[in-house]
Amino acid sequence: MSSAEKSPWILHYNASSCNGCDIEILAALTPLYDVERFGIINTGNPAHADIFVVTGSVNEQNKEVLKNLYDQIPEPKVVVAVGICAASGGVFRDCYNVSGGIATIIPVDAYVPGCSVRPEALIEGVVKAIGVLEKKRALFDNGGAK
Amino acid sequence: MNLMSAIGGAVMFLFLAPILGGLIFGVDRVLTARMQSRRGPPILQPFYDIDKLWHKERAFANPVEVIFTSGYLVLIAFSGVILFSGGDLLLVVFALALAHTFLLLAAYAANAPYSIVGAERELIGVMVAEPVLLLLAVGFFMVTESFFVAEILSKTVPAILSLPGVFLALFAVLTLKLRKSPFDIATSHHAHQELVKGVTSSLSGRTLAKVEVAHWYETIIILALMFLFFAGAPILGVAAVVVCYFLEVLMDNLFPRVTWKMTVKSLWIITVIFAVANIAVIGVYGGVV
Ligand code: SF4
Repeated sequence: MSSAEKSPWILHYNASSCNGCDIEILAALTPLYDVERFGIINTGNPAHADIFVVTGSVNEQNKEVLKNLYDQIPEPKVVVAVGICAASGGVFRDCYNVSGGIATIIPVDAYVPGCSVRPEALIEGVVKAIGVLEKKRALFDNGGAK
Repeated sequence: MNLMSAIGGAVMFLFLAPILGGLIFGVDRVLTARMQSRRGPPILQPFYDIDKLWHKERAFANPVEVIFTSGYLVLIAFSGVILFSGGDLLLVVFALALAHTFLLLAAYAANAPYSIVGAERELIGVMVAEPVLLLLAVGFFMVTESFFVAEILSKTVPAILSLPGVFLALFAVLTLKLRKSPFDIATSHHAHQELVKGVTSSLSGRTLAKVEVAHWYETIIILALMFLFFAGAPILGVAAVVVCYFLEVLMDNLFPRVTWKMTVKSLWIITVIFAVANIAVIGVYGGVV
């Protein structure tokens, strides 16, 4: 277990979600659940982040923002798509301005299903993402990733 | 012999200060968590964070960040080396001030709004802390007739007896130096700050790691300056430093939303009432109050 796994810092972005999933994410980040136990910090700053937690179906207004935030996170990084909207566009899929999921804009490493997601699923998703982060870090250290 | 102990002190500082500094911040985070009825991270968490940052991609908002953050780290370490080898207090204070200039330049170089506002507020922080550090050097000179740490340490009567006001002012400045308050400057491990992370907003990976390690060095320097007031009574000195640090953590949790305006006002008032008055009294009456 390397330090990538012990110190995952999170950036949360709402790409036109209904706020249902965001409330669950923020609730899981409150002192009550104390994610700092695992070295997790909610940074609010792409330059410091390792895990990009995104909710919502992404629309024409914010896809550039999403792309920009992703690009600002230094490698190794992972993306967690939270909620059905983030996975496929969900109920908003057919709207005229909706891209239909995070993966249409940036690569996704873990999907968390649910509308809205349950905290257990959310935590499991982030844990899975940390596993991927670990692998990416090993690759990155060997000069594999860019 | 003197040269040997000076070199010994400098080398010890260079190698042990980051270890001690990291541990202090680890304990700090656990203590803070416990005060908020949380468990908190492992004590070694600050080291994990640094190791993680070291393995991140080297991405820069502006490549000169590398020079400025390295300058910050080197100058802080230089300041500590002077202090721990028994050198000149004035040099310690000026090297610290210069080091902060480098950090500010790194933040300005990023040319990003949060960094720039962060740098401006950091500048305010320097403006508030610097007078106290200068008065500290002056105070020690008036009491011990020397700016040299080695000579101050050789005194048997602790300087705190003559300089209680200056000590209190330094204690007040400690919250600023630990980057806990004010929250709209602080780059501590609290959740979102008003300015994201202020000066360090645009720094990432290794540059951020350097700033963090420099911060550990600086913390040890400030705590060592506090200890200096108790030269001649080392056990009392260590106890005082530990108590002061604990009080800082407590204060940070009791007043987590102190703004920079409040900080400037209160710290300048404290500086004038305690530190300046203290030195004026010594100036008029001479020596021990
Ligand atoms: S998945 Fe459901 S709860 Fe989550 S953002 Fe979409 S509609 Fe809202």
